[in-house]
Amino acid sequence: MQRSLMAGLVLTSALVAPLAASAQTEITWWHAMGGRLGEKVDEIVAAYNDSQDQFHLTATYKGGYAETMTSAIAAFRAGEQPDLVQVYEVGTGTMMAAEGAVYPIYQLMEDHGQDFDPSAYLSAVAGYYTNTDGQMLSMPFNSSTPILYYNKDIFAAAGLDPDVAPVTWADVEAASRAIVESGAATCGFTSGWISWVQLENFSAWHNQQIGTNENGFGSMDSKLTVNGPVQARHWENLAKWQAEGLFKYGGPAGGADAPPAFYSGECAIYMNSSASRAGVLTNIDFDLGLGMLPYYADVEGAPQNSIIGGATLWALAGASDDEYEGLADFLTFLSSAEVQADFHQFSGYLPITNAAYELSIEQGYYDENPGADLAIKQITLNEPTANSKGLRFGNYVQIRGVIDEEFEALLAGDKTAQEALDDLVERGNSLIADFVEANG
Amino acid sequence: MLRAGLFPFPPFGFPMQTKRTTFRSYWLPYLLIAPQLAITLIFFIWPAGQAVWQSFLQEDAFGLSTKFVGLRNYVKLLNSPEYLASFETTVIFTVCTAGLSLGLALLFAVAVDRMIRTASAYTTFILWPYAVAPAIAGVLWWFMFNPSVGVLTYALQTMGYDWNHRLSGTDAMILVVLASSWKQISYNFLFFLAGLQSIPQSLREAAAIDGAGPVKRFFTVVFPLLSPTTFFLLVVNINYTMFDTFSTIDASTAGGPGQSTTILVYKVYEDGYKGLDLGSSAAQSVILMGIVMVLTFIQFRYIERRVQY
Repeated sequence: MQRSLMAGLVLTSALVAPLAASAQTEITWWHAMGGRLGEKVDEIVAAYNDSQDQFHLTATYKGGYAETMTSAIAAFRAGEQPDLVQVYEVGTGTMMAAEGAVYPIYQLMEDHGQDFDPSAYLSAVAGYYTNTDGQMLSMPFNSSTPILYYNKDIFAAAGLDPDVAPVTWADVEAASRAIVESGAATCGFTSGWISWVQLENFSAWHNQQIGTNENGFGSMDSKLTVNGPVQARHWENLAKWQAEGLFKYGGPAGGADAPPAFYSGECAIYMNSSASRAGVLTNIDFDLGLGMLPYYADVEGAPQNSIIGGATLWALAGASDDEYEGLADFLTFLSSAEVQADFHQFSGYLPITNAAYELSIEQGYYDENPGADLAIKQITLNEPTANSKGLRFGNYVQIRGVIDEEFEALLAGDKTAQEALDDLVERGNSLIADFVEANG
Repeated sequence: MLRAGLFPFPPFGFPMQTKRTTFRSYWLPYLLIAPQLAITLIFFIWPAGQAVWQSFLQEDAFGLSTKFVGLRNYVKLLNSPEYLASFETTVIFTVCTAGLSLGLALLFAVAVDRMIRTASAYTTFILWPYAVAPAIAGVLWWFMFNPSVGVLTYALQTMGYDWNHRLSGTDAMILVVLASSWKQISYNFLFFLAGLQSIPQSLREAAAIDGAGPVKRFFTVVFPLLSPTTFFLLVVNINYTMFDTFSTIDASTAGGPGQSTTILVYKVYEDGYKGLDLGSSAAQSVILMGIVMVLTFIQFRYIERRVQY
């Protein structure tokens, strides 16, 4: 049944793909950038196609991250895969394990004579996608990190200084209490992506281990260790604050209810991806303040550095040499400082190369948009430790689901924070073990 | 509508039927059923066979390494508390949704059946939700019950009930039951109304003359005569809630909170499509297939016998 579903998907995508001009080599790219971001991608692709006439790139929007990855995999099984596919960071473990299915980027660039220097990329980004030999396997495209947004109008109404963002969790709690008690808003703070923001980034930000073997970077066969006392304390607090009305849970995965709660002025503080900035700005009519993620001041090593989320581009195996040549050419175009700086400034994603960051500084972007460089400052705040360079586990898509479920069990009062985290680790480890067995 | 088209009447619904057509040519009957057979083979037997085979394998997502593991996918499932919980969720969800949509539809149909001039206007209104795509129905109810901006949440709050389907499994279950049955009421209503209108007026009048009140008339005359329709709708509704409510659930609760609205079909999707665990997902599909077979058997074998045609 699954297979026929996938075959159907492949068929649909084949029908949807526009017909190509015949003389040029056709390259295909499946991505998950919808809405305004999708238009930007189309713009980049059009610019590339106009810049040369040897290759023609077709970019196709395949739905959300999960759909894009699944349909690419289904297409691969049917021998109809695109040359390039955008995969979110939690799919990295799966892609890395699929050695015969991917064409590592460093090799692709080398084989086709492209100038490619991994050190041109921000190390916090590139490190996420390099193997243990320091070779880059996929091309960074859109990476972001969670930051803190707050409503200055509500802060002022609650008698707080609107120009000072909360720095520690104690600040967040005190501000939320002041806001709720003064009636300036009905909720203190909310958060998108509980798994990514309140567990993974929380751990990195407090220099707490997420898993063994350097959070899974060292070996596929690793174990989760996020049930430490610091994480348990934070989750216990979140549950307590939820019960007191200071915190509002926005739902599983991305947290669909969190953005409206912030936009409508229901919640005064909001934690989510730096790439949410464009969306926030178009949806609010109040004064916006930005800040770094809060931390517990008494935890040693905090704040460390935050980690990224987002997606990278993977070249899939099985295409012709001509197509790979075009692909390598396009990737060089895509990572040029101009294209990257433009994409960064437009979307709020991180500038992924040092050159793009410098170009943005030169263009005066950060002077005109105060706070837009918070994200990059936050991921580069300190030299990453083994606990804060990121994470890489197999079956992580499912583990993200488990994190949401356990968090919900905690909020519903079925479990204590320690129990929820212990169960999360146990269920997660069994999923990792399955992955090791299937890919070993 | 497809199911209705396929089974306008239960296929074995007429045990007394003895009409037979005899063909002179030996090949003609086979030729005539060939298209149906081909469709069944290609769209059912073949994928179902694939699923059965896949359920014995353990594979990585890309299909690069495949291992035969026998029944291990099944053993794992049956030992997984999450999977067993999903069974329970499915039963609760199915009973509530089928019960609510059948009950309300019958109530509406009886009400409309008594009307004379405005019946067609009401019929049109009640039918509207059926034209709404399931995913849109899900989003619609998600909006109305949105903890931040929902109209119904607000109304409930003023009445002192703090609705939050993001946190409370019960609230979430109520939400998906409402969203799923809302759509199905239209469909059931149409069949009940048609069934009611085909009951001869003379029977009711005769009962009335014998002194039976409206309630008694309904339970002793109308409802038994409606039983073929009710039985047919029961089959369709159980199938609907178990298999076609996926998009409603996906758009409203996404199976949460925890796994409190993860019905079996939703779990197949989560594990197979999102989690890329094809072996386990296939095993779940096979179990579902088995459930459908058993249900169909029970329905036609035992329940159908008590139905008066």
